[in-house]
Amino acid sequence: MSQPIAFLPPRAAVLSQRARIIADLAALLPDGGLVHEARELVPFETDAYVAYRQLPLAVALPRTTQEVSAVLAYCNRHGIPVVPRGAGTSLCGGAIPQPDAVVLGLSRMSAILDVDLDNRVARVQAGVTNLSISETVGPEGFFYAPDPSSQLACTIGGNIGMNSGGAHCLKYGVTTNNLLGVTMVLMDGTVITLGGAHLDAAGYDLLGLVCGSEGQLGIVTEATVRILAKAEGARPVLFGFATSQEAGACVAEIIGAGIIPVAIEFMDRQAIEICEAFAKAGYPLHVGALLIIEVEGSEAEMEAMLAAIVTIARRHSVMTVRESQSATEAALIWKGRKSAFGATGRIADYICMDGTVPLGKLSHVLQRTEEICTGLGLRVANVFHAGDGNMHPLILFDANDPAEAAKAEDAGNEILKVCVEAGGCLTGEHGVGIEKRDLMRFQFSDADLAQQMAVRYAFDADWLLNPSKVFPLEGRPAA
Amino acid sequence: MQTSFTPEQLADPHVAESEKILRRCVHCGFCTATCPTYVTLGNELDSPRGRIYLIKDMLENDRPADREVVTHIDRCLSCLACTTTCPSGVDYMHLIDHARVHIEQTYQRPLGDRMIRGLLAAVLPYPARFRAALALARVARPLAPLLRRVKPLAPLAAMLDLAPRRAAKRRPAPASGDHPAAHGRVILLEGCAQPALDPGINAATVRLLTRRGVAIATPKGEGCCGALVHHMGREPQALDFARRNIDAWTREIEAGGLDAILITASGCGTTIKDYGHMLRLDPLYAAKAARVSALARDITEYLSTLDLEPLPKRDLVVAYHSACSLQHGQKITALPKLLLKTAGFTVRDPAEGHLCCGSAGTYNILQPEISATLKRRKVKNLEATKPDVIAAGNIGCLTQIGSGTAIPIVHTVELLDWAYGGPRPSKLGG
Repeated sequence: MSQPIAFLPPRAAVLSQRARIIADLAALLPDGGLVHEARELVPFETDAYVAYRQLPLAVALPRTTQEVSAVLAYCNRHGIPVVPRGAGTSLCGGAIPQPDAVVLGLSRMSAILDVDLDNRVARVQAGVTNLSISETVGPEGFFYAPDPSSQLACTIGGNIGMNSGGAHCLKYGVTTNNLLGVTMVLMDGTVITLGGAHLDAAGYDLLGLVCGSEGQLGIVTEATVRILAKAEGARPVLFGFATSQEAGACVAEIIGAGIIPVAIEFMDRQAIEICEAFAKAGYPLHVGALLIIEVEGSEAEMEAMLAAIVTIARRHSVMTVRESQSATEAALIWKGRKSAFGATGRIADYICMDGTVPLGKLSHVLQRTEEICTGLGLRVANVFHAGDGNMHPLILFDANDPAEAAKAEDAGNEILKVCVEAGGCLTGEHGVGIEKRDLMRFQFSDADLAQQMAVRYAFDADWLLNPSKVFPLEGRPAA
Repeated sequence: MQTSFTPEQLADPHVAESEKILRRCVHCGFCTATCPTYVTLGNELDSPRGRIYLIKDMLENDRPADREVVTHIDRCLSCLACTTTCPSGVDYMHLIDHARVHIEQTYQRPLGDRMIRGLLAAVLPYPARFRAALALARVARPLAPLLRRVKPLAPLAAMLDLAPRRAAKRRPAPASGDHPAAHGRVILLEGCAQPALDPGINAATVRLLTRRGVAIATPKGEGCCGALVHHMGREPQALDFARRNIDAWTREIEAGGLDAILITASGCGTTIKDYGHMLRLDPLYAAKAARVSALARDITEYLSTLDLEPLPKRDLVVAYHSACSLQHGQKITALPKLLLKTAGFTVRDPAEGHLCCGSAGTYNILQPEISATLKRRKVKNLEATKPDVIAAGNIGCLTQIGSGTAIPIVHTVELLDWAYGGPRPSKLGG
């Protein structure tokens, strides 16, 4: 059995100065912006990766970029680690703190600053939720494309940290493809601007570097994002198959034929049952696997693409094809899909994997996943972005049974190794965080990791920003 | 989510229930997004997930409530938007109910807070005392700005602000329905605060039902539903109110032929529908309470069984405010709007319809600042629909929103009574 994931040992010099640090930070954050009472720190000990928990030293809730800058500069001067937190929805423990760290929460910076429809951009504070951007520009016929399933709650700052994806990223790309600029505070308090309200900026493309850097290069406080005009129409269609293998093979052939629908989402029988129980969306319950394929455009465009997809699906013995009949039904179909993880909580605790594989390997990896889990006596539900090959096996277990919890973690590690061996990668959109940190060596060579760490070192020489995450603890450069 | 309770702790049925609720939560954080206090304050401690975690920590460690925990639990509106959002089916309502009882049993509030709460619990559930208090408030209103400046007294200022400027006209109690029941026989909860604040609501209900041939029983001995004290964690008092009503209604139920217990204040409805759960451990009352809860209906639920005929469109735009106790507490969302549309009204939904108006029982008195922020937000969204009138199904919301806008606000049933042959609601003027 693998060992529990270790955090860096806390810095004794920081712990011993706790009272002074709290007094100093409180002075930088008037208006109740510092949480430090023992009781009140407990709810910040984890995010949506509840398997690991660590109390922070304090939680800072700034209201402005200037306050973020002041807090970071202070922490930099005194060698205090900082863990950024958006809405705390990370599935890989990206926002889990440690006893010597100040959590820097962006939840009070949630304003939409500017919407420029003519130039198709919106400027927002980092604590704004993903969905609220689309809700704000929706009445004008626009939307923000990347749509993580947690989009109701997750923040744009967190999306940038993890380079988040979502169901509709098959057509529109992930966060990095929809991000135009950021205001970011460096660990020493310096405020910098990267990119802007245009497609490319002169100089190095540091924006690409920042997107997906898991809060280790700086703290993003504002973002300028691309907003897009909504298609004329959109329609999710349900395709039911007898087996996961047939559904997986169908996905590969659709994409192989050069057809790019807006989304191709996969659910196996276990996931269908879970989602139907919550959303009552009318998913077929007699099939072994379900694809939700969304097409969009004019009626004619949707018809044409759908006809091509149906032809392919027939070759894979599709059992049912059902188009959503109304906007309400379409909304329910997506509500069920996007609530899949949470709804799983109705039947068990779970950990969610995020490996991505080449489409030709989907069926193989699904089968291996099943074998690994049943081999350990665990149940698994699969619900994921099939068009991108971005798999999310949900390994079900009982969190009050430590032996089973450990087995679930082992199963997860095995599954991710299978993904890498199949030519894929550890994480498609959730990030590395604490969860996949010690698997990084399966994916990257020492030279690969050393180069990434060199970049990190250039931004934050003392490794204060989210320090226990992403890179294995052994083999880091000496600070 | 993992929990750590000992078998001894789990022997307490209340703890056992809360443990089951906590095990459902997977800490996904969806609930934060639709929580009015998280949206307003931006601190996870003031979100459902944060409170769930605070409660878990307190119960697991068998700890008395303390100032920090109480602060964040008190800020919860019990609007239950989180339960609509939660994909895992976490029964937040019964968890926070348990926490409130635990607070009441283990924590001594500061003197001022105790006095205000004692006052509310002693006055609001009793119509005669509440009427007297309202009369007093009209005289004392000029003191409000003074009181607001002394923080512990701010709730008194909030009370004075909320009290209607004019006394509600006393109306005779609804006529007892002795006439033959062609289309059913129901009990109509008279209520406590509502008849003092706005007796026109139940009067409209009686007119409408009577015209439709529904007989209305008014059982003796009925009183406040207990919601107000229930939300303060004063469980013995709340259960006494519940038992008293159950006794009064059981006599009617056993007389036979009762179709429903109707409630026109959805805050009360949510509590009465929960009587079965509240008294589940009381061997004498569990079965009777369950029967009462099963018969409880919001007035709009009952009206929709009467097949009210479609009426020609009329030139009146209604902004429908969905009370939290209706949409989240009882999951009644489309019905009231459908009734209004069928009656010929043009119905508009405000933006952010899921957010509470800040009324929430005694919340607007006990948490005046957050409540005022939510009221402004709600009024802004309602006014943006450019309505002629606002309709809602809960007296708390009517009072709260009414104190923040010049647009007339009425109970849904008043518009329905008017459309189906009753008088035009006086609040509409003309």
